[in-house]
Amino acid sequence: MFVTPAYAEEAAPAAAGDHAAQGETHAGTEVPAEGGHGGGTFPPFNPATFSSQIFWLIITFGLFYLFLKKVVMPRLGGILEVRSNRIAQDLDQAAKLKSEADAAVAAYEQELAEAKANANTIGQKARDEAKAEAEVARKGVEAGLEKKLVEAEERITAIKTSAMKDVGSIAETTASAILESLVGKSDKAEVVAAVKAAR
Amino acid sequence: MASADKVDPIHQFQINNIVPLHIGGFDVSFTNSALFMVVTVLLASGFLLLTTSGRALIPTRLQSVSEMSYEFVASMLRDAAGSHGMKFFPLVFSLFMFVLTANLLGLFPYFFTVTTHIIVTFALAALVICTVILYGFYKHGFGFLKLFVPSGVPGILLPLVVAIEVISFLSRPISLSVRLFANMLAGHITLKVFAGFVVTLTSMGAVGIAGAILPLIMTVAITALEILVAFLQAYVFAVLTCMYLNDAVHPGGH
Repeated sequence: MFVTPAYAEEAAPAAAGDHAAQGETHAGTEVPAEGGHGGGTFPPFNPATFSSQIFWLIITFGLFYLFLKKVVMPRLGGILEVRSNRIAQDLDQAAKLKSEADAAVAAYEQELAEAKANANTIGQKARDEAKAEAEVARKGVEAGLEKKLVEAEERITAIKTSAMKDVGSIAETTASAILESLVGKSDKAEVVAAVKAAR
Repeated sequence: MASADKVDPIHQFQINNIVPLHIGGFDVSFTNSALFMVVTVLLASGFLLLTTSGRALIPTRLQSVSEMSYEFVASMLRDAAGSHGMKFFPLVFSLFMFVLTANLLGLFPYFFTVTTHIIVTFALAALVICTVILYGFYKHGFGFLKLFVPSGVPGILLPLVVAIEVISFLSRPISLSVRLFANMLAGHITLKVFAGFVVTLTSMGAVGIAGAILPLIMTVAITALEILVAFLQAYVFAVLTCMYLNDAVHPGGH
């Protein structure tokens, strides 16, 4: 109890009924502060103290209520509202930044795909050109070879015909020489006829 | 009880005048009870005011305590009475903070506990019930009386049910005030009795000192329990206030 011992001493006999047993310790102290009314009862049930408690409760609790309502609660409500607004704002900003980042990623991927496609077309074109050049070159070489082959064949044929033409005269000369050495004379016309028949 | 000679467990509830005062024939003296009401109010107001003075976006620990108590009571009231009940938020919040601070303050040795007096708890309960009745009739007129007539009750049982509802309504201020008062009173008496054992036994020599260890442990344990009870009773008082206020806001539908 928050009172000086002196107060406690002089107030105790107010509950004289309960305290009869130990009343001797307080015997001789003066009249209780609360006066005679109420007679010694259990202090919380002592009606003598009711009026002052209610009076001070109304004053203190009333002021407390007004103070909380006018000062403390608007301030607390404001703090909490500012915070929830700030959180909502930050979340919005985060969402915005995320969508921006997503857009950047999408743009990057698109550019990458385009670059890949370009690279493919360039490669394809280079390959096609190289192939066409190679084809032209091959055709040129083949045409040259063909021409040379034809020429060679023509030469062979020419040589062959000339050779075949020579074969008759050689055979005639040889046959005439053989005949002359065997028979001593030769008939040119017969030899030619014989050679022709032999061929 | 041997200890009663030395330690009187009732003595702590004694009311003493500090400044005698009489107005219009009523005794309104400034007593130790009034002093502790003032201390309770100053302490609670000062705590709430000073901890929130920074208005920090990221709260300090103490600011968090103030914010938590605010949001705790707000959600309690919103759950019980809906958004229409939020107009009673200042009332419920002040009741909760007042009872909680008074209960906790009373746990300090030599301090007076305001809520151990039935008249204080009864006045607070009466404030709640009067608010319920006045607001109920102001808002709903005689429709407020639907509170006593639950829907879906057979006609024969209706008089009985209405009588029970009326009695239960009338007993609310009593149960609300007696619950808080009795819990605080019983806790403080128990504490005092066990602490008294310690004092009495230690004066009986070496054996007594050894024997005093057990009641000392009990005193410590009961102090911890009383801190829990201080919170719990403030919470219960506030929750029941919310539920009763819900009757004033929505008398028909429960």
